[in-house]
Amino acid sequence: MREIIEMLTSPMMIAYAVVVSIVFVGLQLMAAVMVYAERKVAALMQQRYGPYLVGPKGLLQPVADILKLFFKEELRPKAADAFLFSLAPIISVAAAYLAFAPVPFGAPTTFFGLLPEPIPLQVADVNVAVLVIFAVASMGVYGIVLAGWASNSKYSLLGGLRSSAQMISYELAYGVALATVVMMAGSLSLKEIVDQQQGYWLGFIPKWYMFPQIVGLFVFACAGVAETNRAPFDFPEAEQELVAGYHTEYSSMRFAMFFMAEYINMVTVSAVAVNLYLGGWHGPWIPVEYGWIWFVIKLAVLLFIYLWLRWTLPRFRYDQLMSFGWKVLLPLSTINLIATAAGVLYFGL
Amino acid sequence: MASDALAFYAFAGVAVVGSLLVVMQKNPVYSVLSIIAAFFGLAGLYVLLEAPFVAVVQIIIYAGAIMVLFLFVVMLLNVPREDAAEWDRSHPLYRPMAVRIGAALALLMALQLGWALSLTSGLTVPVDDAAPAISSVAELGRVLFTKYMFAFEVTSILIIAAMVGAVILARKKEG
Repeated sequence: MREIIEMLTSPMMIAYAVVVSIVFVGLQLMAAVMVYAERKVAALMQQRYGPYLVGPKGLLQPVADILKLFFKEELRPKAADAFLFSLAPIISVAAAYLAFAPVPFGAPTTFFGLLPEPIPLQVADVNVAVLVIFAVASMGVYGIVLAGWASNSKYSLLGGLRSSAQMISYELAYGVALATVVMMAGSLSLKEIVDQQQGYWLGFIPKWYMFPQIVGLFVFACAGVAETNRAPFDFPEAEQELVAGYHTEYSSMRFAMFFMAEYINMVTVSAVAVNLYLGGWHGPWIPVEYGWIWFVIKLAVLLFIYLWLRWTLPRFRYDQLMSFGWKVLLPLSTINLIATAAGVLYFGL
Repeated sequence: MASDALAFYAFAGVAVVGSLLVVMQKNPVYSVLSIIAAFFGLAGLYVLLEAPFVAVVQIIIYAGAIMVLFLFVVMLLNVPREDAAEWDRSHPLYRPMAVRIGAALALLMALQLGWALSLTSGLTVPVDDAAPAISSVAELGRVLFTKYMFAFEVTSILIIAAMVGAVILARKKEG
């Protein structure tokens, strides 16, 4: 008993707990920040003010939104399947949190010398991290399909089916894009992939996979946006056709959970992109111990692009979406895979 | 390690209860969900056996791809809930002959399990220390593309044939 307590209160154990809390609380905060950023960026694009009444510059708007959602009435259609109706948002949000577990967000740290040995800044250092991300991404489909089916409403079912068909179609291109990077790095561990991207070409171009893998980055970006069901791929929320898609019948906190899952998924896809293509926490000027600063900067840029896309591009038509996924992205990513394989084999990239 | 044993019983419990629920649920959608839970239990067991690659691949292929297909079929065909009374009256599996064969098969399986357990003298078999090397992805790939090359290629031809067949069956007749 005493040993267990000693083990649990050892500095390393506490450090791991701190890392886990940073990720958990951080993702929640990011979701709140994204709610605010979404509205402010939308306002910027449309030359309006956006939220400015609640708190200085409207900064407390997300707090007000969350409080409102807490006090809303929880509604459930009579014909809905009660158990699955409650389970679906839980699956969505759990998958969203889980996907971030193998993502590192900084170089191993001793927390400013507090620890005897450095620990990695990630929840779980698994050696098949890329596959874990892929597996958890495919779990997110269940939340959406079940929400659509359990609501027992035609708009929900159509929205759920549409978005799951979309996610399954784009998962292929997504997987091939991941495999290409794995091939270049020769490792499935995100930490090692990031470490491969240290240094510079010709002394000033950072060795990020973004440059040799520009096609891969394009495929990953398209598939990532489609995976998170965001504009211009926001079919589950095609308001003109489907009311609100799979979450039409949801209200209050259950709706908030879907909302949160969407934003957390955006953060995760961006974080994975930073690690795979943008060199993770490596960058000029900032010493590698403070690499997480670079990570946060790159993450913020990608998230801004996400919002920028939404207010710039109109939604695809559904058949265009499918033919784009199957006839453009998938062949493109496969050709890129073969070309990269040849490059790795013959030129040792 | 005590924590390993605890984790084993937790994952094994999920796998067994999940599998039982698959056959005991009346609503087919719940059956599909139960089998997904069972797959997660199995994946946990693979991780305990230091084969994370197998665990993740199992989640991707079975829980992530095949079960989504199952769920689609069950939802879209609107498979009705099973009616227990009707099952009792009419289903061929409920006839005395079927019950006898089922009982015989169950007995056979129990005997085999007992036999296998008696060979291994309980559950305390030491794990081979060479095992982790096999579970590494690089090693797995190397073996797959050298020693088992033929089997690998034959499997891929089989899958392509199945894919072409599915496309031909699903295509609408022209004209």
